[in-house]
Amino acid sequence: MPTRSVGQEFVKGLWDENPIFRQLLGLCPTLAVTNAVINGFAMGMATSFVLIFSSLVVSSIKKLIPSQVRIASYIVIIATFVTIVDRIMAAFFPPISKSLGPYVPLIVVNCIILGRQEAFSSKNTVGRSLIDALGMSSGFIIALLILSSIREILGAGTFLGYQVMGAWFKPWIIMLLPPGAFITLGILLAIALQIERKTKSRA
Amino acid sequence: MELVAIFISAILINNFVLHYFLGICPFLGVSKKIDSALSMGLAVTFVMTITAVVSWVINHWILMPHGLDYLQIVSFILVIASLVQLVEMFIRKISPPLYQALGIYLPLITTNCAIFFLALMAALRNYGFVQSVIFGFGSGLGFTLAIILMAGIREQLEMADVPEPFKGAAITLIVAGIMALAFFGFSGMIK
Repeated sequence: MPTRSVGQEFVKGLWDENPIFRQLLGLCPTLAVTNAVINGFAMGMATSFVLIFSSLVVSSIKKLIPSQVRIASYIVIIATFVTIVDRIMAAFFPPISKSLGPYVPLIVVNCIILGRQEAFSSKNTVGRSLIDALGMSSGFIIALLILSSIREILGAGTFLGYQVMGAWFKPWIIMLLPPGAFITLGILLAIALQIERKTKSRA
Repeated sequence: MELVAIFISAILINNFVLHYFLGICPFLGVSKKIDSALSMGLAVTFVMTITAVVSWVINHWILMPHGLDYLQIVSFILVIASLVQLVEMFIRKISPPLYQALGIYLPLITTNCAIFFLALMAALRNYGFVQSVIFGFGSGLGFTLAIILMAGIREQLEMADVPEPFKGAAITLIVAGIMALAFFGFSGMIK
C-alpha cells in the first residue's frame, strides 16, 4: 500500500474514493432519504457517527479478532453503534427519527461501513482509520447534500423548508417520489464520470 | 382478502426495489443477464421467506415477552447472517446443481438490505405469523420481478448507442427511474 500523508488520507474520501459517486456504495439510504435536505443531512450525520466509532473500535481491537469470524464481529460492533444512534435520535429528534423511519436501523447493512472496516480499519492504525472514516463520512455527507438539495429545490421549491423559488415555479412532484431519486442520481453519476474522464485525459 | 392485499402490494405497489430503494447493490450488479438475475431473485425470495418465519418467531417468542425490543437490530442481523450460512450449507448438500447456479450470490444476500428491512418492517407493522410469511414471499417475488425486468432491458441496452459517461450504473439508474414511474400505474389497485 502506498504511504499517503494524513491530508491525502482525508481528501481521498471526498472525490477519488467518494463512496457514492466513485465506489457506488450505500446507494439504498442515499436514494431513500434524500427527498428533503434535512433528512439527507440527518442520515449523513447518523451514518458518520456509526462509521467513525466502528472504525475506532475495529482498528483498536483488530489484533484480537480471529480472521475467520471477522465479518460477524464487525457486524456486531456496527449494530451496537446503530442501536445507540437509533435510540438517541428517537429520544432527542423525534420528528427526524419518524421521517427516516426504518432507514436508521438499515445503517447496519450500509456497505460503506462494513467496506471501510474490511478494507481499511482492519489493516491500519487507530489514527489513520479515524482520518479515513472522517474523510469517507464527509464525502458521503456532501453527496447526500447535493442530491437532497437538487431534489428539494426542484421537487418542492424549498431549501431546508424555506421558499427559494419564486411564485412562478411549479414544483416537480416527481423529484420527491422514487423515480426522481433514481433519475437524479443517474445523471449525477454520469456527470461525475465525465469530470473524471476530463481530468484523466488532461493529466 | 387482507392477505391478498399484502401479497399484491408487496409485489407491485410497494415494490422493495422501486419504492423502498432496497437491494440496489444486487439490482445494479447482477442485472446484466436474465439467467443470473433469475437465480439471484429466487435466492432472495427463498431467504426472505425463511427470514420472515424465523424473525417472527424470535421477535414474538423471545424478544417481546422479555421487553427486549431494543435488541431487534442486533438479533435480526445475526439471525440473517447465520440463516444465509445455513441455507448455503443446506442447498449444497441437497441440490449441488442449484448451488452451482446460485454461486456467489448466496453469501452476498447477507448484506442485502432488503432482507433486513423485511424483518424490521414485519415487526414494525405488527404482522401475525401468516401475514409475515406472505409479506416475505411477496416481497421476494417483487424483487425478482424488478431484477428480471431490468436484466431484460439491459440486454437490449447492449445494442443501444449510450453516451460514454452514461454507460454502466448511470443509465441503469435512469432506466430504474422510468420503471419506478411505470410501477406507479399499479398504485390505485389497492386502497
